[in-house]
Amino acid sequence: MSTKTYQAGVKEYRETYWDPNYTPKDTDILGCFKITPQEGVPREEAAAAVAAESSTGTWTTVWTDLLTDLDYYKGRAYRIEDVPGDDTCFYGFVAYPIDLFEEGSVVNVFTSLVGNVFGFKALRALRLEDVRFPISYVMTCGGPPNGIQVERDRLNKYGRSLLGCTIKPKLGLSAKNYGRAVYECLRGGLDFTKDDENVNSQPFMRWRHRFEYVMEAIDKAQQETGERKGHYLNVTAPTPEEMYKRAEFAKELGAPIIMHDYLTGGFCANTGLANWCRDNGMLLHIHRAMHAVIDRNPHHGIHFRVLTKALRLSGGDHLHSGTVVGKLEGDRGATLGWIDTMREKFIKEDRSRGIMFDQDWGAMPGVFPVASGGIHVWHMPALVSIFGDDAVLQFGGGTLGHPWGNAAGAAANRVALEACVEARNQGVELEKEGKEILTNAAKHSPELKMAMETWKEIKFEFDTVDKLDVAHK
Amino acid sequence: MSEVQDYQSSLSNPNSRKFETFSYLPEMGSEDIYKQVKFIVSKGWNPAVEHTEPENSFDHYWYMWKLPMFGETDVDKILAEADACHKAHPVHHVRLVGYDNFKQSQGAAMVIYRGPLTA
Repeated sequence: MSTKTYQAGVKEYRETYWDPNYTPKDTDILGCFKITPQEGVPREEAAAAVAAESSTGTWTTVWTDLLTDLDYYKGRAYRIEDVPGDDTCFYGFVAYPIDLFEEGSVVNVFTSLVGNVFGFKALRALRLEDVRFPISYVMTCGGPPNGIQVERDRLNKYGRSLLGCTIKPKLGLSAKNYGRAVYECLRGGLDFTKDDENVNSQPFMRWRHRFEYVMEAIDKAQQETGERKGHYLNVTAPTPEEMYKRAEFAKELGAPIIMHDYLTGGFCANTGLANWCRDNGMLLHIHRAMHAVIDRNPHHGIHFRVLTKALRLSGGDHLHSGTVVGKLEGDRGATLGWIDTMREKFIKEDRSRGIMFDQDWGAMPGVFPVASGGIHVWHMPALVSIFGDDAVLQFGGGTLGHPWGNAAGAAANRVALEACVEARNQGVELEKEGKEILTNAAKHSPELKMAMETWKEIKFEFDTVDKLDVAHK
Repeated sequence: MSEVQDYQSSLSNPNSRKFETFSYLPEMGSEDIYKQVKFIVSKGWNPAVEHTEPENSFDHYWYMWKLPMFGETDVDKILAEADACHKAHPVHHVRLVGYDNFKQSQGAAMVIYRGPLTA
């Protein structure tokens, strides 16, 4: 073993952190960054800088470096690739030894991987495109408190997608009127209703009143329809103490599911709440407010597929995924990629979906993707075709905007869903035969017929801002 | 806008009770049931038949009809069991289940014979 001597000063990053001959270990956490360097900064130096600044490095040599085995602890940039169709940037692959991170801490992983390095001057922009979490790290995380199969068993929903609806107007309703809107949706045939993410505990509707009225609505709808129902009671709160207080009360009332915003609430709060849910037999719906701030810019930030992995590790039973067909952003191939990341046990590297690494989840349960935003009955065939059974399809305006009210809107969606599932099981191609399937189903459902007349002409066809990186762009 | 139509559903009207997947569609005819059984078989799921009094359909556990038909791929044989269950319990809901042993879940579950709703 050679002995190193201390030499003060600034070294080029690539001398220490660029290691093209390195073969990543099975236990390494791997990151793929899209790096846009400042002009004149060579790729190897920029990639090495990212590796350094997201692991052991600082801008100058320090004598205490020599008190440890930095060659072991450092992150290494080990590969560089062109970004198809974009010369301004490149992909830099970095390997981190697993013991750089506290076990079971999404917080710690992201503090390093997307910490100070994102403000680093030598880079014009930086985006974390994908992360490979080794199974040895996955096993240290709690993950979804229940998972897809457990949720199906608890709620007795099999062989079809689940149906939900966000209650609107999202702000301003009194607790009692809010409960009315919930009741109407659930008695009409939805499985779930949802608190809007903006609803926490405002002066017009305090959380405790909302919880009480909503539970009465759930109980009555269950008795009336003979089916199991839930409402995502939003326990997102200003402090963890307040969040747990609300969760405890939901449990006391017998609520089956609560809700949290994992980005605005934070990974620490989310992981704690997921653990609480596991201990208390509670389902956990996760909303993703603030994600577009982080994931929409193609050159800077964190790709949503990474935020998806963060949530699956931190814990949640549902996560909003985008719809592909509705009013919100979402490239189809990329969306299919992160839907797989939510639900499957093993996801293979697939550049056509933007997936840069194999990802093994082992025994960690899956998360229901939630398709929500600007969708209505006419989208149903495409949604069932794209998402399959293991998804929650959420129609807000598409339920509440029905001319005959929420119950009729809910029934229209339920009939449309079941008609599509029945046809799919028969081998019918949904996206081709969608109109005929719905028209036939509407013969037995005046509510569906009315819905089809109401929303026929609505379309959302803006182009996606964050597209996959492809050569022909 | 056309006349607003009332949504007919109440605690006092037993016809408001539903029983999950496909209960919002009209009762399936024998040809449609055949196609659903074929679907379960094509997925490699294990078919099973369960039944219950309609007023107890909320319960997780219905009465099993014999045992799940592990490995059975003959659609007619599966239909014959469902039919035998229906004949033995004409006023019960009869549910067809497709057990997915890899997912440890039910890939499909649907009531194919509907009992009269009285409560």
